[in-house]
Amino acid sequence: MTTTNFLRMKKWKMTGIIILLLAITYGSSMITDFDVMKGIKSIPGTIAWIATNLIPDAAAMENLPKVLSRLWETIILSVIASTTAAVCAFFFAIFGSKTTQINRILAFSTRLIASVFRNIPVVAWALVLVISFGHNVVTGYFALFISTFGTLVRMFMETIDEASADGVEALNATGATYFQMVFKGVLPDTMPQMLSWLFYMIETNIRSATLIGLLTGTGIGYLFDLHYKRLDYGTLGLITLSIIVVVIAIEFTSNKVRRMIL
Amino acid sequence: MMSTITLDRPTEQVTSKEASIAAQTVLELRNIEKSYDMKTLIIKDIDLQLKQGEFVSIIGPSGAGKSTLLRCINRMIEPSSGDIIFDGTNITQLSKSALRKQRTKIGMVFQHYNLVSRLTVFENVLHGRFGYKSTLQGILGLYTEEEKMLALSILEKLGMKDHVYKRCDQLSGGQKQRVGIARALVQQPKLLLCDEPIASLDPNSSKVIMDHLKEISQSMGITVLVNLHQVDVALKYSDRIIGLNRGSKLFDDLPKRLSQMDIRNIYGAEVDELIFE
Ligand SMILES: Nc1ncnc2c1ncn2[C@@H]1O[C@H](COP(=O)(O)OP(=O)(O)OP(=O)(O)O)[C@@H](O)[C@H]1O
Ligand SMILES: [Mg+2]
Repeated sequence: MTTTNFLRMKKWKMTGIIILLLAITYGSSMITDFDVMKGIKSIPGTIAWIATNLIPDAAAMENLPKVLSRLWETIILSVIASTTAAVCAFFFAIFGSKTTQINRILAFSTRLIASVFRNIPVVAWALVLVISFGHNVVTGYFALFISTFGTLVRMFMETIDEASADGVEALNATGATYFQMVFKGVLPDTMPQMLSWLFYMIETNIRSATLIGLLTGTGIGYLFDLHYKRLDYGTLGLITLSIIVVVIAIEFTSNKVRRMIL
Repeated sequence: MMSTITLDRPTEQVTSKEASIAAQTVLELRNIEKSYDMKTLIIKDIDLQLKQGEFVSIIGPSGAGKSTLLRCINRMIEPSSGDIIFDGTNITQLSKSALRKQRTKIGMVFQHYNLVSRLTVFENVLHGRFGYKSTLQGILGLYTEEEKMLALSILEKLGMKDHVYKRCDQLSGGQKQRVGIARALVQQPKLLLCDEPIASLDPNSSKVIMDHLKEISQSMGITVLVNLHQVDVALKYSDRIIGLNRGSKLFDDLPKRLSQMDIRNIYGAEVDELIFE
């Protein structure tokens, strides 16, 4: 096959894929009776509704202390769940990573467990755990822990594979023990990247904690649920805004911290 | 990590006669073979002896198996069959912890330096002492005064005195490689394995590194085995040259005996491929 033919083939393939995607979109909107145009047309209306109803008024502001205390509860929960998950994930990632695995069977089982934990959504974990632990903060903790753990194992594993194969080889060649190699060869070069994943998960978990709070009746999610049922949109707006502020603040701090240790 | 092909020969004890040879022979390879897939042999029946303080280069085309052979010596890659006698001990069958003890006496230098880039020069060099320490001492970074002095004096000898507390990602390639050599020397090894130590360096830094390696073999009595792809460098520095092609040893003699014909034999396959493609 000549190069021109090869390139032409590639172009045709690309066109084919785009046509296929359009067909799938059209087909699925037919099946589900979803009118794309109607969806787009309703956007301005939605924005107008949000602008008039979700702006916190004076009455909503009275709820501010309550919102802040619940929000604090949520932040603490996310931070604790994320950090403990990160510590466990680090060891799993070491056993699962190609560069630092002890043996293949252990590596495979580690990756399998992490994959199961990761691929079941956090809400599903919360629903299942509510049955065993009831409507309390422990349920929220475990739901967040499990899904964070699953995600972080994968992210840490990729970080380790990328950053430390060379150092690991050198330390193994000097006659270092396994944990000397892990703590002195792998950790220093992967720490910044792993910390930024941790911060990312804390952010994500504050958002998830809101959702999980709905299910378990804890934290900011509980408050959200309460005021939603009372149709108290002003307070809802306040809650949403405060979550946004916290998430942005965490993103800001994480950037600061990362620059400091880099 | 397990050897894929079992040894068909029983491991011989090192007899007293062999032990006397071992007094000057630092390393002996017997019938070393390696296959990654149990079908094709990457290393074919290699015999090799290295004496104390010898400077030996392995040359050969890309893919000849130079890196594989070098890593078989300290079992970073597990040979499929054959024996490795290092410093009077057959290390082929050693347990993991006994192998670790032997590895302290074999330093290794890499093409890409393999430093922990976010740590300082000093920390990286002291990593060479891990084999002599307990896990906890290593993790906590507890080094004796003597170890620190040793590291400093080696760094000084390599002209790195001014960079001791610099982070390794701030060094030039040549400086990084000197840190790599210092890390290997701080092990107080009998043998130094160098896998293409100058392949990523400019000519000036290359000369500095090769001069240091030569000096190490001459004044410290450490045996140096270097993988190289520049024949001229091998000719200039080596006491002995080994030519490898497709896993077989084609040449093992003094540099002055390496003829044009030998070079064509060693690199022949690659030249042929270049012509055909
Ligand atoms: N881990 C591995 N699994 C399978 N095959 C491998 C592996 N490592 C090396 N090989 C193969 O073994 C052969 C020899 O590789 P090796 O790296 O030892 O060659 P080399 O002489 O060092 O080459 P270069 O000069 O390019 O570094 C190559 O054909 C390579 O594809
Ligand atoms: Mg190589």
